[in-house]
Amino acid sequence: MALVNSTVPQALRRKRLRERARTLAFLSPWLVGFGFFFLYPLISTVYFSFMHYDGFTAPTFAGLQNWTYVFTDYPSFWTGMGNTLWLVVVMVSLRVVFGLGIGMLITKVKSGAGFFRTAFYLPYLAPPVAATMAFAFLLNPGTGPVNHLLGELGLPQPGWFTDPSWSKPALTMLAVWGIGDLMVIFMAALLDVPTEQYEAAELDGAGSFQRFRYVTLPNISPIVMFAVVTGVIQTMQYYTQAIVAGKVASGVIGGSGQQFEPGYPHGSTWTLPQMVYNLGFQRFDTGSACVVAVVLFALSMAFTSILLRRKSGFMNED
Amino acid sequence: MTLVSALPRKRTAPASAAARAARRRAALQWVAVHSTAIAAALFFLLPFAFVFLTSVMTDRQALTSDLWPHQWQWSNFATVWNTPGFLTWWRNTLLYAGLGTLLTVVSSLPVAYALAKFRFRGRNLALMAVVAMMMLPPQVTVIPMYLFWAKQLHLTGSLWPLIIPMAFGDAFTIFLLRQFLLTIPKEYMEAARLDGCGELRTLLRVVLPMTRPAIAAVALFQFFYCWNDYFGPQIYSSENPGAWTLSYGLESFKGAHHTDWNLTMAATLLVMAPVIVLFFFAQRAFIEGVTLTGVKG
Repeated sequence: MALVNSTVPQALRRKRLRERARTLAFLSPWLVGFGFFFLYPLISTVYFSFMHYDGFTAPTFAGLQNWTYVFTDYPSFWTGMGNTLWLVVVMVSLRVVFGLGIGMLITKVKSGAGFFRTAFYLPYLAPPVAATMAFAFLLNPGTGPVNHLLGELGLPQPGWFTDPSWSKPALTMLAVWGIGDLMVIFMAALLDVPTEQYEAAELDGAGSFQRFRYVTLPNISPIVMFAVVTGVIQTMQYYTQAIVAGKVASGVIGGSGQQFEPGYPHGSTWTLPQMVYNLGFQRFDTGSACVVAVVLFALSMAFTSILLRRKSGFMNED
Repeated sequence: MTLVSALPRKRTAPASAAARAARRRAALQWVAVHSTAIAAALFFLLPFAFVFLTSVMTDRQALTSDLWPHQWQWSNFATVWNTPGFLTWWRNTLLYAGLGTLLTVVSSLPVAYALAKFRFRGRNLALMAVVAMMMLPPQVTVIPMYLFWAKQLHLTGSLWPLIIPMAFGDAFTIFLLRQFLLTIPKEYMEAARLDGCGELRTLLRVVLPMTRPAIAAVALFQFFYCWNDYFGPQIYSSENPGAWTLSYGLESFKGAHHTDWNLTMAATLLVMAPVIVLFFFAQRAFIEGVTLTGVKG
């Protein structure tokens, strides 16, 4: 080791050792957390993906059986993957486009900027269960105000959370409603664009679209990239809104008697995290649940590595 | 640019037409921007308005698709408040969010400080591990963790499996605090060290006061995270109604009041209210924090 070098004087060596001990002491809470709440359960999840285990009797080795089951004999897996892909493509892009649009709008508003900023930001704060409950009411086909208004206007009244072809669009509306986080991030990025560049572009005769295309976009593209990648990662974890919307719309919340139909209606809101919960905690098929968990982990880390590769930006050095 | 040199310094008589055109364009833009903003504000605020209007309707009117209450039945809020369990859910949520936030901040600050200011081998690796942990879906590790809390410690049916891990640093909090600590010039720490402060004293006496805005922001984030958490309580505490939180309880409230949208909406508002009130008190800290998540892209 470099530290145990005879040419290094004793005093210096002691100082380095002390520094190491100090660093370890400061890092210690997280080192324990990392080992115990990340590394250990991760290895254990991979281990259980190769075992038959129902949570009660001792686990037995299963080889690749759980894996082949999930990929070939469990069609719900592909339904969930399809839904996730849908949400990643539609929900993430709409959130980024609207977030950027609202961010640009707020930088242009001259009067009442404070009011508008708060109004646009507020929905983001609504707790997900409460926000989903509110939308389940707003969009309920029987008495909901949205269909009431659509009816007054003579427009078609979709079944929203009760109709398999409208449930994901309804969830997307809910996600676009809570766009405040992206608005603030984009607003900060837009205000950082040097004004000289706009002035120069204007002198060159650039119209507003060209100014956006050649000045705004290149300047904020790292932030757009950040929003897209974190959006994809968040969407792969999409859970609470989907499960609560399904439960409320189906009228089966749980408890005794009826079982909630996962992914209601017709598996259209079924996502990978719900699969882990359903397989692991309701069907007691720990092995298959862990297979899905490993897939979820691999997908998340693939996208996280995109963030990490842009190290110079995301993890700027001092 | 030739254009620049061609521009006269100040145009007098013939310019007024151009100036008027420019002013008209500015006025038109003002109208366009503000009407778009009003339309957007309606989209963001109307859901709250409809939820509120329904929450004060009578049971009978809540069964119709009326938008405006005939009779303002404020007692709905009292009915919800007095529902058996509701107060317990409040207390549990406050315990989870309050204690969780405190533990998170206390355990994450030294880690963030070390990652920002100490030079050591493996620092980049540690940083990458923090980011990886930050992006980890909780479902990936939930099965072994559940088995651990249920079979080794017999603590399921309580909120402790959610609170205890927060004493060991939270990746998101560490990351944000580190981003902020990077902006504090080294000279402050060096000066403190020359005055004979140890690292811990430097952190507590010199760095901590300067980090207050960032600490306020991460504390709010963590508080909101706990307040909003649904998956955690569903896994660990759902088996014992005495340990339910508001998020989980709200769902079961809807289950118990199938058709009473007025009561469900009153309960929904009561769950939203504390978060929104807290936001108004700490708006600046919060917005700064959100900005911190996206900076240095």
